Amino acid sequence: MPKSPDLNKIIIIGSGPIIIGQAAEFDYSGTQACKAIREEGIETVLVNSNPATIMTDPDIADKVYLEPLNEEFLEKIIGRERPDGILAGFGGQTGLNLAMSLAKKGVLDKYGTRLLGVNEESIRKAEDRDEFRSLMLQIGEPIPPSVIATTLEECKAFAREAGYPLIVRPAYTLGGTGGGFAQNEEELVYQCRMGMENSTIGQILLERSVAGWKEIEYEVMRDAKDNCIIICNMENFDPVGVHTGDSIVVAPSQTLRDAEYQTLRSASLKIIRELKIEGGCNIQFALDPKSSDYIVIEVNPRVSRSSALASKAAGYPIAKIAAKIALGYSLDELKNYVTQNTSACFEPTLDYCVVKFPKWPFDKFMTAARRLGTQMKATGEVMAISNNFESALLKAITSLDGKNDGLHLPSVQSLTDGELREKIGVQDDERIYALAEALRRGAAVDVLHRSTGIDPWFLNCLKNITDMERRLSTEKLTPSLLYQAERMGFTDQEIKDLSGAHRAAMQDIRIYNDIFPVYKMVDTCGGEFKAKTPYYYSCFDREDECQISDRQKVLVIGSGPIRIGQGIEFDYCCVHGVWALQKAGYEAIIMNNNPETVSTDFDTSDKLYFESLHMDDVMNVIKKERPQGVIVQFGGQTSLNLAQRLAERSINILGTSYTSIDLAEDREKFSDLLHKLDIPTPEGRAVATEEEAFAAVNDLGYPLVVRPSYVIGGRAMQVVYSDEELHKYLKGAVSLSTEHPVLIDKYIQGKEVEVDAVADGSDVLIPGIMEHVERTGVHSGDSISVYPSCSLPETVKATLTDYTKRIAGALHIVGLVNIQYAWDGERVYVIEVNPRASRTVPILSKVTAIPMIELAVNAMLGRKLTDMDWGTGLAENRKLYAVKVPVFSSEKLTDMDVALGPEMRSTGEVLGLDTDLEHAVYKGFAASGTRIPTKGNIYVSLRDAEKTEQAAAVLEKYAKQGFSLYGSAGTCEYLQQFGIPAGFLSEEDVLLGITDPENCCGGAGETVTAGGAGCARDAFAAGNTGSAEKNLATGGAVGAGKNLAAAGGAGSAGKNSAAGDAFHPSLLHI
Amino acid sequence: MDGLLYLEDGTVFRGRGFGYPRTSAGELVFNTSMTGYQEILTDPSYAGQIINFTYPLIGNYGITADDNESSRIHAFGMAAKNICFTPSNYRSVMTIDQWLFDMKVPGIFEIDTRALTRRIRSHGTVKCVISNQGLSPSEARDFCDQAVLRNDHMKRAGVRQRVRIGGTGRRVAVLDFGVKQNILRSLEKRNCDVYLFPYGSSADELMSVNPDGLFLTNGPGDPQEAAEAAAEVKKLMGRVPMFGICMGHQVLALAAGGKTFKMAYGHRGGNHGVYDKETGRSCITSQNHGYVVSAQSVILSGMEITHFNLNDGTVEGMRHNTWPIFSVQYHPEASPGPNDSDHLFDRFMDLMDRFSPNLRPAAAGGINTAKGGGHHA
Repeated sequence: MPKSPDLNKIIIIGSGPIIIGQAAEFDYSGTQACKAIREEGIETVLVNSNPATIMTDPDIADKVYLEPLNEEFLEKIIGRERPDGILAGFGGQTGLNLAMSLAKKGVLDKYGTRLLGVNEESIRKAEDRDEFRSLMLQIGEPIPPSVIATTLEECKAFAREAGYPLIVRPAYTLGGTGGGFAQNEEELVYQCRMGMENSTIGQILLERSVAGWKEIEYEVMRDAKDNCIIICNMENFDPVGVHTGDSIVVAPSQTLRDAEYQTLRSASLKIIRELKIEGGCNIQFALDPKSSDYIVIEVNPRVSRSSALASKAAGYPIAKIAAKIALGYSLDELKNYVTQNTSACFEPTLDYCVVKFPKWPFDKFMTAARRLGTQMKATGEVMAISNNFESALLKAITSLDGKNDGLHLPSVQSLTDGELREKIGVQDDERIYALAEALRRGAAVDVLHRSTGIDPWFLNCLKNITDMERRLSTEKLTPSLLYQAERMGFTDQEIKDLSGAHRAAMQDIRIYNDIFPVYKMVDTCGGEFKAKTPYYYSCFDREDECQISDRQKVLVIGSGPIRIGQGIEFDYCCVHGVWALQKAGYEAIIMNNNPETVSTDFDTSDKLYFESLHMDDVMNVIKKERPQGVIVQFGGQTSLNLAQRLAERSINILGTSYTSIDLAEDREKFSDLLHKLDIPTPEGRAVATEEEAFAAVNDLGYPLVVRPSYVIGGRAMQVVYSDEELHKYLKGAVSLSTEHPVLIDKYIQGKEVEVDAVADGSDVLIPGIMEHVERTGVHSGDSISVYPSCSLPETVKATLTDYTKRIAGALHIVGLVNIQYAWDGERVYVIEVNPRASRTVPILSKVTAIPMIELAVNAMLGRKLTDMDWGTGLAENRKLYAVKVPVFSSEKLTDMDVALGPEMRSTGEVLGLDTDLEHAVYKGFAASGTRIPTKGNIYVSLRDAEKTEQAAAVLEKYAKQGFSLYGSAGTCEYLQQFGIPAGFLSEEDVLLGITDPENCCGGAGETVTAGGAGCARDAFAAGNTGSAEKNLATGGAVGAGKNLAAAGGAGSAGKNSAAGDAFHPSLLHI
Repeated sequence: MDGLLYLEDGTVFRGRGFGYPRTSAGELVFNTSMTGYQEILTDPSYAGQIINFTYPLIGNYGITADDNESSRIHAFGMAAKNICFTPSNYRSVMTIDQWLFDMKVPGIFEIDTRALTRRIRSHGTVKCVISNQGLSPSEARDFCDQAVLRNDHMKRAGVRQRVRIGGTGRRVAVLDFGVKQNILRSLEKRNCDVYLFPYGSSADELMSVNPDGLFLTNGPGDPQEAAEAAAEVKKLMGRVPMFGICMGHQVLALAAGGKTFKMAYGHRGGNHGVYDKETGRSCITSQNHGYVVSAQSVILSGMEITHFNLNDGTVEGMRHNTWPIFSVQYHPEASPGPNDSDHLFDRFMDLMDRFSPNLRPAAAGGINTAKGGGHHA
């Protein structure tokens, strides 16, 4: 049946900020859904609080509400827009939960709108553990013995009956928050408590574990006519026990016979039919490796991270088709968008192998537990395509960041045999490296299989890799050996290191024997039909089917996996870069490896190379395409880091040159430049040894900011206050990066200001200045920041504009530049310059309506700002306020220090937008899900340096608002000196108070600490590291105070808003 | 050992050889299934063909004792991107390399299977030579020139004499053009009393066991080569319920007076959508055919098109306007592929229950469903 005629206006709910378990994939699926609906002539209204997304672009939907995703705001928007239908299946668990509660509260009925694609009953049946189990039993699908529990007693009773190991899964959460394994009663109690607390309804499922079985997923679609298809199945490298988001995943399944494949396929169809889902869903199975027995693990009744992966792996746009189905179309009425002349009602077949590899944040959170389990910890992922598994795996590994050349990890290679065995026994992020190392040392595949449960097929593939390593290091590098190694995915660097061959000699063999990759198309049909979609991957084979046009082309290098410090905002920049290039008449080619993003959607660019961003792969694409130029400033630090090697190979980098990039990133050279320009910067030194470091301390004095050079997101950056801390830092963190010296700068206490500008070589345009709420020292990504700046005097703004213009000029910036300044009340200092797009570009572009990326692209193509209609200098403020609030994922990463500092910790952000600051702040907090306590107890512990009048003034405000203050002995005394009542609490009592989760939920009242941006629970968790004192000192009571002061104001604003009149409809969509 | 694939037009693909050292000539086709290589290679419908697998990792789960569709490999050779020599599956008993060796079938791997597929797509199926005996291209060319490809493999792919397979229920006469085991299993599962008849059986012989229904199987080759079988079947139309699959479907079309023609490169895989006009729904099908029934010709012969392919609109199923006869071009028995259409066997059971000649012995003028109406429902 064709689309329902009664649908004229539809609201799409987005997924909000990026958190672990809910990342860029929903920008991709939501954007697809918007496009799919809009092309039907239906008015499309989008609601999302995440400003870094493509979907919140004015081009994607007819109306965009950058508003908090909660019932209060949704109801207002629905009331105002009166849509005919709501699509909630594209906004992850957030969108789904929100739609469910709106339906339950009668909001949808009240406004005569209905849920499209999903219905309440399907969601309930799929997500409520009890209902799901009864349904499976009813239709005869196997499930493990389990119990639904809401009390610890029920859990213990079940454990006595079913035995260990047990697995705990909370109901209604995303990314498995609060889930885990229990091997004994102690673990059981802990996991069950966590689970009940994390479930929105305090309910958990406790089941007998099938750890060791194969974990298989199917992506299924169904339409209203009951047509069902499988898009793709996937097999996890790790057996059941690791969250699929944390597993290495291969598509399609590799070790299943047809009979097994079809058994699970049939089960998938039966389940989706029974749930009556219209659209896409993901079904996870465990399959016994020793029989064909299986069990159904779970169903996600919506598009998901897995469906984004399946879409990219198979070339089938699940979200787009799901949106069409929601409108009433059936699969057989839709076309295959890739071939454009066959039907969408078919099952994609792959003629390649796809490997997904997770990107974990453990490099940022060195204290966080690395062990993997049922709770997802990865922030992002990469995907690689090749015609064999080994090469797809190696490509994925080199995709993780540009530095990895092979299946090596120095920290694993240095382990003793015993340590290695132990390491292999633990499921953590480094296990695959340990397995490879064991194989190198002669371990047998079946031994490794027994100790890990990983299928021997995968282990044999790893062995093929290590065998090739040995051949390379022992045999002469013949053309045939080089070809075999290349075919298996070895990088040039790896081959060079292992064989000892010179690069020039290798290059000769390569050229004489024509050993270069060819590009094959992802076409959904294994080559059976002609496809029109230019989506390519490389492999070593005979035929290259990539057609090179004679148009002028530009290659845009993407940003790789989502990680802390480099999120979805860079994908926004790349996608806009592509669009701007197309608008300027160029063929825009994108190269990226992140399956979750819009940039890797097959219809975003003129040509998509789904490739690792390793230098070898980038050069191969350049060799193939011969673009006029390459853009490296949109893909964050990932693409920027390629600049040097591209420049060395005489590749034309569009915009700011490598020399300028180097000048901006080399602190010593840059500091010299600033001196010449007479622009102040915190005094600093680059030191190579500890002696030099302490000599620098003598000159500069504490506090100091220390960091290695060349960093992403302030990695391993810290503020140190004492010799002891400095010593510890130099011993611990710095070994992270030995290539470059450590930088020691004077720490400026004051206000941090961020300026993004577009420069054309002679002029700059500054769309806006954003002011941070937190004081200097907190990473800009973790700071709440406000547009426009509201506390800076005009003279300071003039200084900022002047400095920005002069710096951009001196650096010959062409394109984008981001400059972080500090203002200590007297002088403006330059903290750092990033000669690339930044986190704030999407925000400023949306808020100011200045198309920053387009202007930057035009500048790179040689046009001048003065010819571009948007003026130069500091743009006039728009009459609205935007407040960016960071969002953290600390409940996913246990044992992590949550205090804010120069190391970025947030995973995403939201924007509060309104005509007055208070409302904007309120919306920002509401959107970030922060619970703002209005009463309760506060524990304060300050170091002596912090015991200032300023701090006391802030704390006094809390006291006056009715909070009860408690403190350590010294702090109590200090507070009393200022006449602020405070009670003494010993460290033990504090720890007791914060480690007991019962207290955490309000027993001891609310507690506020640690920068205020995280939720109250974050502050408690800080105690787990045993360094509450330090956290408070660095995170700063002062910072917390500022936040709360702002938040306090917002609280009352919120009340106004709730009252009705203060709602500003005209500005809800921009 | 070196492997070589020589195409009639002179194109040469070099790779590595595996399986049995041998040189053979056949029709080059490709299959897009991602699983089921064992079922595909033992499917008698591939007799005379050399199969190029589009899925690049073949042999991963080895060879099992349970997945054969007939007692041997019917394909004349196979080509793959990668062959797995260290398979993993609890049922695996040997590698595909060993199996091909035992079955005396040559294989070639590490060739550009996608390029080969694209070539077949644009030029159609082609005569080719596969060799893993170190043949030079010119030797291969000579071999190719001398080889005569047959189109009548259906005459030899099935049983040589009548075979009865147990069962106490409905009696089914199966005319064997090279039946897949899973078709027989699908009938056995429904407790049918199955008589397997060799190619060349006459109408009288088929009726001699007093069947409740006649089943026409899949099989290799050009259906027009099976003209005598079509002639015998024609004699029985209207006398006994019939169900045909693949070759059986094509023979039915010819028997009714319709035509078949060769497709450029056929349908081989497990992922095509087929639309069922009677239910208004679609299903995903297992496909293996190089010939297709001409829609126009069968409509003029009293048939109605019931199913068509969603990609190219070709005939995927038909039934007779008057008699209880129906057929599908695709494979409802799956193996390999999706088993979305298993219910078609139930439909055959239903037709036999209602229109078996044994219900109305010697009814003059045969059986007619048009008035009964049930067949159309």
